[in-house]
Amino acid sequence: MVQPQTIVDKIWEQHIVHAEKGKPDLLYIDLHLVHEVTSPQAFEGLRISNRSVRRPNLTLATVDHNVPTTDRTLPNPDPLSTQQIEVLRANCKEFDIPLWDIFDLRQGIVHIISPEHGLTQPGMTIVCGDSHTSTHGAFGALAFGIGTSEVEHVLATQSLPQSRPKKMSIEVTGELGIGVTAKDVILAIIRHTGVDGGVGYVIEYRGDVIRKFSMEERMTVCNMTIEGGARAGLIAPDETTFDYLLGKEFSPSGSDWEQQIKNWKELVSDEGAMFDKSIVLDGNSIAPHVTWGTTPAQSVPISDVVPNPDEATTTASRETAARALKYMGLEAGTPITDISVDRVFIGSCTNGRIEDLRKAANIIEGQKVASSVSAMIVPGSGKVKQQAENEGLDAIFKDAGFEWREPGCSMCLGMNPDILLPKERCASTSNRNFEGRQGAGGRTHLVSPEMAAAAAIAGNFVDVREII
Amino acid sequence: MKKIKQVHGNAIPLNRADVDTDQIIPKQFLKRIERTGYGEFAFFDWRKDDDFVTNLPQYQSAPIMLAQQNFGCGSSREHAVWALEDMGVEAVIAPSFGDIFRNNCSKVGLLTIQLDQDDVDYLMSRAEELPEGEIVINLESQTVTTGSDWSRQFEVDEYVKHRLLNGLDDIGITLENEQNISLFEELRSGLFPSTDQDGQDNLKIN
Repeated sequence: MVQPQTIVDKIWEQHIVHAEKGKPDLLYIDLHLVHEVTSPQAFEGLRISNRSVRRPNLTLATVDHNVPTTDRTLPNPDPLSTQQIEVLRANCKEFDIPLWDIFDLRQGIVHIISPEHGLTQPGMTIVCGDSHTSTHGAFGALAFGIGTSEVEHVLATQSLPQSRPKKMSIEVTGELGIGVTAKDVILAIIRHTGVDGGVGYVIEYRGDVIRKFSMEERMTVCNMTIEGGARAGLIAPDETTFDYLLGKEFSPSGSDWEQQIKNWKELVSDEGAMFDKSIVLDGNSIAPHVTWGTTPAQSVPISDVVPNPDEATTTASRETAARALKYMGLEAGTPITDISVDRVFIGSCTNGRIEDLRKAANIIEGQKVASSVSAMIVPGSGKVKQQAENEGLDAIFKDAGFEWREPGCSMCLGMNPDILLPKERCASTSNRNFEGRQGAGGRTHLVSPEMAAAAAIAGNFVDVREII
Repeated sequence: MKKIKQVHGNAIPLNRADVDTDQIIPKQFLKRIERTGYGEFAFFDWRKDDDFVTNLPQYQSAPIMLAQQNFGCGSSREHAVWALEDMGVEAVIAPSFGDIFRNNCSKVGLLTIQLDQDDVDYLMSRAEELPEGEIVINLESQTVTTGSDWSRQFEVDEYVKHRLLNGLDDIGITLENEQNISLFEELRSGLFPSTDQDGQDNLKIN
């Protein structure tokens, strides 16, 4: 009898180019996404070694990390960003790589544009020089972030030596309450596993809560997998996946579609497949979460208070928590709903999709941003922006006092002018609340789009369950 | 890549957990297109504090960094490895590492040595009390030694060890399998997408 396999092992084995005892497996890469920040040195490496790009047609480039989100017909005030964008253009031209450039409607955050055009499909191996490549796992693809040396490796060989990871199952059972989102689920998961609980693993997310999620919600969960330490997280494809992909620009059509559906339906973990670790979380008990510290694991339910570092279990975690509170300018015991915010950022590869904007608009419609708050919405892509405008969401945001920006990574990592000032406090739908992530000295609280929208209106964190 | 057999010298005790790559090299320095020159920007925000460990004269040019669990978590930026390398760090010892960071180190040729928490704590206190105290990391024998009385074995992936000891270029090794890659491509399903397919909605905004 054939040994039951996990979906990870199935995809892995379908991509082994070469296996040899004592060496990592050489895996074929089906799609390589490239952006301006982690690629210049890789292309330079190719030139130095006189190597070419093996498969430009399995490679897609865009500009997202450092592009301005203000009017792009105006000159970019940052010469270094301009240079990096121009270097990417030149590299794509030299090596014949398709580039969805700044005035292309399809431009946007790599992890948003590839799925929305149907390039991300079940069973693929996908890499990008960006740790949030785990996003694509939502489609049942094996997708992970790589460094610049590996970017060069994939450009040159369309393959990557990889050691087989351990497998973890995270099952979220039951049903989520009203106002509880995919963002809250992944924050609750990371709070449970810690920021390093996933190191060495690929996670398969399972259970009723995950199954009921839309593709956008699944992407939010898989996106933040790396914040729990695992390079990749995925969800077995199902009808929700197929419905999303049907008719997309790069999706198969006709008899190819029928054939792929058959193949994709095989991409499930077999009954009895072995996981190295299994975790079960009760979805019914998950509340809207807010981070209070400087790692994504430092979060609490909205109804809670800022925890006391003295209650941490180890000396190291006491010190880490105390340091985080000092950085965040918070006192232990403060109710989360007493924390007021200066800025609100809705966007990023975690929560910059059309569904996220619809949910935010739902909270915001007919209301005004608090006078003490400066709030912005940055759609994840040109297509998301266009769709939102077609639905009139931009008018809802603008009427409420939000800035409505051009697509890009923006204030998630602040490589463009969208940054926090020192000590500014931000409710952000992004993925990292690291020190200085959104600007040196800036204080980031990670939340769902609904919670961010509600905080913009109230001027402080509110329990979104009480207003919807 | 240069060959690495041994790293020896004193160690910088960075006694913090979950040091993410945003701290090692903040985003404003990722706009550079070069691979070198990041050392002066390493730990940029933390270095604003004169007492931060990398500012202390006794740890200047130390080739080893000691850190707590999950060192190098977060962003995949290889610039973090280049920054450490550029400031003279040849090896990092910690109880655990971020996956992508550790992988990047193995490509660049910076040793990541995982030791038990107690052992890291011992080395950390020792480096704090005896800043000039030498540590010897031997990759061949997979040992960390602080003199005659203290020695620990560490684990290392056999293949990574082989590459580092011999200074081998990863891409060169893979290209020895070029025939296998070509064969795989011949047999590979034609149903996966290509990025050069004609797009239906390649509208331009203008």
